[in-house]
Amino acid sequence: MNLLESNIRHLVRFTLNGAQVEGYAEPRLLLTDFLRHELGATGTHVGCEHGVCGACTILLDGRAVRSCLMLAVQVEGAAIETIEGLAQEDGGFSPLQQAFHENFALQCGYCTPGILMSMTEYLRDNPNPTKKEVRVALSGNLCRCTGYHEIVNAILDAAKALREEDGASS
Amino acid sequence: MKPPRFDYVRVESIEQAVELLAQHGDEARVIAGGQSLMPMLNMRLVRPQVLIDIAKAAELSGIKANGKAVSIAAATTQNALLRWQGLRAHLPLLAQALPHIGHFQTRNRGTVGGSLCHADPSSELPLCLALLEGVVELRSRRGTRRLAARDFQVGVLTTAKQADELATRIHFPKAPEDAVFAFKEFHRRHGDFAVVALAAMRCGNAVRLAVGGVGDRPEVRSWCGLQGSAIDDALNEFAWQLGGSDDIHATARYRRELVRHMGRLAIAETAP
Repeated sequence: MNLLESNIRHLVRFTLNGAQVEGYAEPRLLLTDFLRHELGATGTHVGCEHGVCGACTILLDGRAVRSCLMLAVQVEGAAIETIEGLAQEDGGFSPLQQAFHENFALQCGYCTPGILMSMTEYLRDNPNPTKKEVRVALSGNLCRCTGYHEIVNAILDAAKALREEDGASS
Repeated sequence: MKPPRFDYVRVESIEQAVELLAQHGDEARVIAGGQSLMPMLNMRLVRPQVLIDIAKAAELSGIKANGKAVSIAAATTQNALLRWQGLRAHLPLLAQALPHIGHFQTRNRGTVGGSLCHADPSSELPLCLALLEGVVELRSRRGTRRLAARDFQVGVLTTAKQADELATRIHFPKAPEDAVFAFKEFHRRHGDFAVVALAAMRCGNAVRLAVGGVGDRPEVRSWCGLQGSAIDDALNEFAWQLGGSDDIHATARYRRELVRHMGRLAIAETAP
């Protein structure tokens, strides 16, 4: 047990998309701001800053969470994944990104990183969702451009592509 | 919207948390999942001197089923409970209600004890605790005490937990074998706060109904042998007794109508 004082910047270390990273944070610094301003990982977007819009969603130890509702000091030692880690090693789109591209599932793109990170966990746990289930799963991510139809279609397409990929590799 | 300054301590045990609470009292706030507290910090509605993080304390996480109850450590996440294999058999009401708490992203962090201590009048877990007559276990340097749901939640965002006390475990009685449950919620969008939420339980011809989102806290009524128009009369009386008020989401009158309408549906759903 170690008390971190309010007015001092403390060392924080964790893995970001598989690479060890570190930086300094006051206890009150939000994880979103640490990722963006301290580490320069600006793919994670800041929307409402109270957990409603979902734009800042990242994966914490494999689970989708709001990075605006976490402090940087809370993720010491954790494994964080963000949009920057989603593409394939050769820089090509992941199946989920590809499906968004093909279905025109984004316009301004502000909500997209949060939706992709959310759906990364969702499709891993639910490889064959119905349209209705996808709509419920999407309720935690606000998009003001698309009307969601293309996003829902993209997620269903991505689920299909991932199932085929899974079937081919096993 | 950034939180004000505070010291931060991550504790590894109940004892450490209780010790810090004894030292700092109401200058301190306990954070578990932070899904209610972090928005309040970001909006500066609360300004603690010290934040005590209990999320990594191993003894505050986990679910145990014993003889007649399921005992859930306070910092167990809502999604961990939702994934628990015994949920459907022992706590079928929670299996229905938990998916309505926020979104899966917030349930990944949000905890069972956190939601109960936050005590929002429209929250699902306080509603279920009230209907099932669960118990909250509190620990402080002064000792341990157990409070029944109705003694624990005393009003809007207010519980009987003292500033030096930590909620450590929540005890839910296991569902009786002959019990049938129903859960109904009206909201504008899945995951939003409930405008009105109801939970019903039937054992034989005894019906118990809990309503959240109208009064200052979930309220419970029990009836025996209700049939036909007597159900409507009982629901109407209950709806008026709840004393709801108008806000931006709905008028009191609309809430009363939801209690009458969804109450009927919930009770019908439990009928043999």
